[in-house]
Amino acid sequence: MARVGVFVCHCGSNIGGTVDCAAVASAAREMPGVVHASDYKYMCSEPGQRLIQDKIAAEQLDRVVVASCSPRMHEPTFRRTVAAAGVNPYRMEMANLREHCSWVHGDKPVATAKAVEIVGMLVAKALRDEALRPGRAELSKRLLVIGGGIAGIQAALDVANAGYEVTLVERTPTIGGKMAMLDKTFPTLDCSACILTPLMVDVVQHPKIRLMTSAEVEEVHGFVGNFDVTLRQKARYVDHAVCNGCGTCWGKCPVKDVVSEFDQGMGARTAVYLPFPQAIPNKPVIDAAHCRSIAYREAQARQAAEQGLSPEQATKLRPVGPDGKKLPPCGICEKLCTTKAIRFDDEDALVTERFGAIVVASGYDLFMLDGSHDEQLAPEERKPYYGEYGYGRHPDVITALQLERLMNASGPTKGEVVRPSDGKHPRAVVFIACVGSRDEKVGRPYCSKICCMYTAKQAIMLREHDPRVESYVFYMDLRAGGRSYDEFTRRAQEVYGAHYLRGRVSRVYRKGERYVVQGYDGLLGRPVEIEADLVVLANGVTSARGSVELMQKLSISYDGYGFINEAHVKLRPVETNTAGIYLAGCAAGPKDIPDTVSQASAAAAKVAGLFARPFIETEPTIAEVLAQRCVACHLCDEVCPYGAVTFVEQKGGRLAAQINPAVCKGCGVCAAGCRGRAIVLHGFNDQQLLAEVESLFARPLPLRPARRQPEPLIAE
Amino acid sequence: MNAYSYYPGCSLHGTAVEYGLSTEAVCQALGVELREVDDWNCCGASSAHVANRWLAHGLVARNMRLARATGLRDLVIPCAACFARFKETQAALADPETAAAIEEVAGGAVPRDLTIDPLLAILSEPGLLAKLQAAVVRPLAGLKLAPYYGCLLTRPPEVARFDDPEDPQTLDRLLRVLGAEVVSWPGKTACCGSSLALSRTEVVLDLSHQLLAWAEEAGADAIATACPMCHSNLDMRQGQMRRAGKGDHALPVYYFTELVGVALGIGNSELGISRHLVEAAALLGRVPAGTRS
Amino acid sequence: MSGSAASHEVLAFVEAASGQKLRECYQCSKCAAGCPLGQAVDLSPQQIIRALQLGQAERALDSRGLWMCVGCQTCVTRCPCEVDLPRVMDALRSYALATHRPAALGEVAVFHRVFLKSIELLGRVYEVGLIGGFNTLSGHLFDSVDLAWPLLVRGKIKPLPPRIRARGEVAAIFARAEARRAMEATR
Repeated sequence: MARVGVFVCHCGSNIGGTVDCAAVASAAREMPGVVHASDYKYMCSEPGQRLIQDKIAAEQLDRVVVASCSPRMHEPTFRRTVAAAGVNPYRMEMANLREHCSWVHGDKPVATAKAVEIVGMLVAKALRDEALRPGRAELSKRLLVIGGGIAGIQAALDVANAGYEVTLVERTPTIGGKMAMLDKTFPTLDCSACILTPLMVDVVQHPKIRLMTSAEVEEVHGFVGNFDVTLRQKARYVDHAVCNGCGTCWGKCPVKDVVSEFDQGMGARTAVYLPFPQAIPNKPVIDAAHCRSIAYREAQARQAAEQGLSPEQATKLRPVGPDGKKLPPCGICEKLCTTKAIRFDDEDALVTERFGAIVVASGYDLFMLDGSHDEQLAPEERKPYYGEYGYGRHPDVITALQLERLMNASGPTKGEVVRPSDGKHPRAVVFIACVGSRDEKVGRPYCSKICCMYTAKQAIMLREHDPRVESYVFYMDLRAGGRSYDEFTRRAQEVYGAHYLRGRVSRVYRKGERYVVQGYDGLLGRPVEIEADLVVLANGVTSARGSVELMQKLSISYDGYGFINEAHVKLRPVETNTAGIYLAGCAAGPKDIPDTVSQASAAAAKVAGLFARPFIETEPTIAEVLAQRCVACHLCDEVCPYGAVTFVEQKGGRLAAQINPAVCKGCGVCAAGCRGRAIVLHGFNDQQLLAEVESLFARPLPLRPARRQPEPLIAE
Repeated sequence: MNAYSYYPGCSLHGTAVEYGLSTEAVCQALGVELREVDDWNCCGASSAHVANRWLAHGLVARNMRLARATGLRDLVIPCAACFARFKETQAALADPETAAAIEEVAGGAVPRDLTIDPLLAILSEPGLLAKLQAAVVRPLAGLKLAPYYGCLLTRPPEVARFDDPEDPQTLDRLLRVLGAEVVSWPGKTACCGSSLALSRTEVVLDLSHQLLAWAEEAGADAIATACPMCHSNLDMRQGQMRRAGKGDHALPVYYFTELVGVALGIGNSELGISRHLVEAAALLGRVPAGTRS
Repeated sequence: MSGSAASHEVLAFVEAASGQKLRECYQCSKCAAGCPLGQAVDLSPQQIIRALQLGQAERALDSRGLWMCVGCQTCVTRCPCEVDLPRVMDALRSYALATHRPAALGEVAVFHRVFLKSIELLGRVYEVGLIGGFNTLSGHLFDSVDLAWPLLVRGKIKPLPPRIRARGEVAAIFARAEARRAMEATR
């Protein structure tokens, strides 16, 4: 004989202000199966929970209905409360009197009557609750970190130092990310490489971290504690196991004009190359798109196949290029390498491994003025932005990161800030803020958060490089909210003499050797013109190339800009909605280095907390197939969003569906669709739902006022 | 198919008579049939939309109806300002409520199936451009030209849908096909002062002087334009600029159709060259005579 | 911000006629930066919007900047908040003309009135009449007179007015447009 206790919460005035909780409790007392009903101000508080536990003991309750807020708020709380008092936690139901009642109605009698109905439904449901027990699954205590920038590096080190194995996967040939490209960092003006490279070395030397560069995530299956991830180690054409990083190969490579990605197009590199001197691994890779040897081999194989040659004959064929001239075989690096590390026949390799958790630290990219960041558009549909600034037309209009490379001692000009056009030092530099940020027109209405600070930093650094330089910053607002950030921007103006103009730029045009920047000062309310030698655009933060593809592989939620959605903006900032997958850094939105590192360490703490458990508990409120009723029509498999259904042979040879209890999230779509009613959704089974409906329509309606005639939809 | 309804607008029969003459001469030479819209009215120019947007739409809507009555669906408009007014009304017709109001003001249905293009777009279509290239007998060798689009051919981009608003290239390409050298200059889409010519002449003198100065600094021998308002501000007031102490310019300003005509071997008088206020024939005299007849 | 009742009326008309929500402008001054009138105006386009936002519509209506605007469309092409400024300017000017509010630049208003009169009567622009009418009504009797003769001899202005056949149709358009504008203003 079931004994139900109903506990009605006032939730301060959230519920109590609109619903007469005492009346609801008295009505509940009359419901079949209810042996106790009371109300209290804050059921989730310590005294409130103790009240429930005391009554469970006193009245020998075996089922509880808490009539309060949404289960999304406090289901875990009250499950723990009743479990501690000896009641099965899945025999606790929550009647939502807040989000479903008091927060959407204003009329007290109407709201109270509705509250009574809701409680009635949940009591009927509770009477049919099963005593469910959570399942258990194994837990692999290995972390996969996607992305080798400062976020990924920090998360990897923290978890490895906690004693767990970490695999760090980075798609470019080196870790370090964007931070490695910076010269100095705000607000301390630390040298970026000086604070970053020790961490990079820690990663490569750490016994618990396996570093995979030039590698990407290919496929992800599974669930928390048991992610089966296929990783693609891309061909590097250099065997890092035998290479000693001596530098002969890139020193002698004849292809010297490849545009350097690391130098943001301001410098060149070779085909076999080290991205930058402090790269980790400190070993080169070959860029197949520009390597003459690889082009030779590929052309040779292709042309031999066209001519129907045998493999032996193929090796003697001298292939020709598109212009008809014979291609050079090159191979200089291979001939000179003393450790025989060059491998022109290298191929991509796939490896599948199991990880218990994943931290997504895939970073960001920058708004490109040529529109190349518009991944959602086909290449021929992309158009350039902000033509008025002349980026691309005028060689001395550059982006902030390009200026950073010029300022950096390891950069293409060895730290001399000079104009790309003529190599002269600029006397007047104009900075333009909010390029590709806070702009509805270009589809980027958000603020990129870091540009105000890095612009101030660059203005300060320009003066450090050359005391005669004059800097002008055109800004809309100054966003400097961190600790000592505002003082930093004031320093740029007061100590380093940067001229800040509150307004925007309408045109940059060439005048002889210099440029005229036409803009406006909104504080004075007049147009201004500045003759400048160099113009620097603070282009905004966008999601990294390929973000959407990666998020879809991981089945995590992302927003319209490709940034990851956190589970709760305030209270769960480093978790995603998918258990076991965490986030860190700019992959979840623009942020500076301090916030990135904080998130990385926070994600690491979550991972360590997960790995500290002996096993994973799986929710029992999931679907189960009654095999004897299943005809294997596959509808459940088709509709399941999580891929939880497999088909298993039964006695007698026929197939029946089987649901993986660890993957199933209990959404109920299969149960709703199953033609033969062969699927039970535990915790929400058919009998329970039908009982709720019956309760709603069987109950008399004493407290509801006379119903108004509904308004006609179409006026006479 | 090379037949278009043709809306000349008030200026091509008046202060921009050279544009009208050269347009007709060039189109005839290239086999483009122009059917002038019968009994067209003024598009409203800069004044109608300032006073009452319904008036602006109504005046254009009547013209659209008349254009369609020529039997052709493609309408070509040489004047950039008229073009802009037509495109604004065409865009407004996309909203059903607004369209109903426009039709009420216009006194009848307004066709929705017109394509409306500026003359510059038509002459730059790949087929016609190739035909033009083949027909050039007097390449404009040695002429350095500053291509001047003005404001209304490309702005706002969602309405005009013609070329890039910051750095358009259509006229640049056309001029190169004619054999001229095109200079890079900051005034490509800058404003000449437009309709303030009578009411606030000093503004026009300022802005137009700036354009002429930029063109000269960039090494241009002349400016090539596609807008009658721009042409009149730049060509008719160089004397006034001098008297107002704003530079001493003697820079010829051509309609691009005049230049096309010259390159096709058509005579100056047929093109209206002598009607400019700034002497414009001498510069053309530097272009070598035609190589083929 | 609270403004005068008259200011509210202007704002309501402007937002309805232009279809723009002025609150969307975040006063970045991109419009002012690109406005070719630059130095010549008292209120830049940004400041005109600001006056409306602050409930000081009269300040906008009485500015010179409002009448200097030539509709070059540079502002709307670049506005990051996608506010259609030319339509806002048109709405303000249309309101001023309809309520016979003296324009800060009288000559500009006169020019528009004379131009439109020519269209209403003839269907097309009569340039001689335009210049003559403008000069007379604006009191600048000899403006651009230096151009009259050169233009006449080159056949660029016709001594006689052009007239279309269906002048009545055009006049009817004027009447219906005015009726519609009046209806909007009283709503």
